[in-house]
Amino acid sequence: MALGLGCSARPGSSRANRTGSWRTFRPVFVHDKCSRCGLCIQVCPEGCISEGEGGLPVPDYDYCKGCGLCAEECPSEAIEMKKEEK
Amino acid sequence: MTGDSCSLFEVGHRACGGCAAALAARTILNAAGKDTIIVSATGCMEVFSTPYPETAWKVPWIHSLFENNAAVASGISAALKKQGRKEKVIALGGDGATFDIGMLCLSGAFERGHDFVYICYDNEAYMNTGIQRSGATPYDASTTTSPAGKCSMGNRRPKKDLPAILAAHGAPYVATASIAYLPDLKKKVQKALETEGPCYVQVHAPCCTGWGFEGEKTIAIAKLAIETGLFVSYEMENGTVTRVKKVVRRPVEEYLREQRRFRHLFRPVRNDAEIAKIQAIADKNAEKFGIDIKIKK
Ligand SMILES: Cc1ncc(C[n+]2csc(CCOP(=O)(O)OP(=O)(O)O)c2C)c(N)n1
Ligand code: SF4
Ligand code: SF4
Ligand code: SF4
Ligand SMILES: [Mg+2]
Repeated sequence: MALGLGCSARPGSSRANRTGSWRTFRPVFVHDKCSRCGLCIQVCPEGCISEGEGGLPVPDYDYCKGCGLCAEECPSEAIEMKKEEK
Repeated sequence: MTGDSCSLFEVGHRACGGCAAALAARTILNAAGKDTIIVSATGCMEVFSTPYPETAWKVPWIHSLFENNAAVASGISAALKKQGRKEKVIALGGDGATFDIGMLCLSGAFERGHDFVYICYDNEAYMNTGIQRSGATPYDASTTTSPAGKCSMGNRRPKKDLPAILAAHGAPYVATASIAYLPDLKKKVQKALETEGPCYVQVHAPCCTGWGFEGEKTIAIAKLAIETGLFVSYEMENGTVTRVKKVVRRPVEEYLREQRRFRHLFRPVRNDAEIAKIQAIADKNAEKFGIDIKIKK
């Protein structure tokens, strides 16, 4: 492999790495309790929660590592961490 | 809904679950926007976001060495200026990269007055190589190069006051921030980018792996650092402190006891003398910056 002065990578190519496989606990979003404040979207270190229909948060389980930060910070206790069945 | 999920920092990066540095990277890019060029020193953030041939960055990003992070950023900034271009330049580094290894070039770039922003994500040790102490490690923290044991209570030195050092270079804007207050962090990054000249932002970014706590607690721990007065969030404009986050202060113990790196202060026996020394650091911070909210009785 010939390498020049620097190596470059395609922007955002980390998407190939599906970090959802790291998860041992899964955040389950209880939409009935959700106030749609958007805090979970803001605090997720993965940036894997997006705003879905009606402003409800939708996690992308392909990338969610199950760290539990969203559940810990949710002011409405609308996220439950459930043991992942493998 | 704030709809803050940032698409400029892609999913699939390899940071530990609950990593504050990853949250900082997302927030910084969100604040800076797409017309930004990032220079990054070695360290966790660089390693977890760019394992070749993958990268999480969707803006131009260059890996400098450790010691020349600020020099690479100043070169890019000077070249953009010459071409009349308007892109913003941000140099990112961990505390080891910033406080210690890159200090020479950082000082040079600030003294020459280049138009760029240097952001240090401060996790208070060299995490990517296995938790060695840095100039940013706080008093009494146990790291692999300042291990607590029979003969030592951990790191013997106080945290270096880098914001003051950079303000003394004549930096027009110097700020500290915390991942516990993301809108504030975002505002400070934007203010630094809008201010002409070399600006510095230091973001307190707790590391669950290196400090010893569960990843879900990252924001709670960061908040406690602010609420105990052990990390002060403030802005300095042309060398004068212009804004400070005030708090109803909590005892430092509430912060210390949540972290493995301070466990030796409580076990096997409680060390009141050392805890009092850390409380004194917080008291001194509180007095210096006037952070205490006085509750009327
Ligand atoms: C000149 C040089 N010295 C040492 C290293 C090894 N090294 C790689 S990452 C790292 C830790 C960096 O610490 P910090 O800047 O605090 O970032 P963190 O990993 O904590 O996020 C070290 C020492 C290196 N890559 N280059
Ligand atoms: S933090 Fe909780 S209440 Fe707010 S949007 Fe997320 S799930 Fe809903
Ligand atoms: S558990 Fe962690 S990674 Fe998963 S959605 Fe919540 S904050 Fe994001
Ligand atoms: S070791 Fe700390 S800073 Fe590094 S990726 Fe893990 S949590 Fe983040
Ligand atoms: Mg560090």
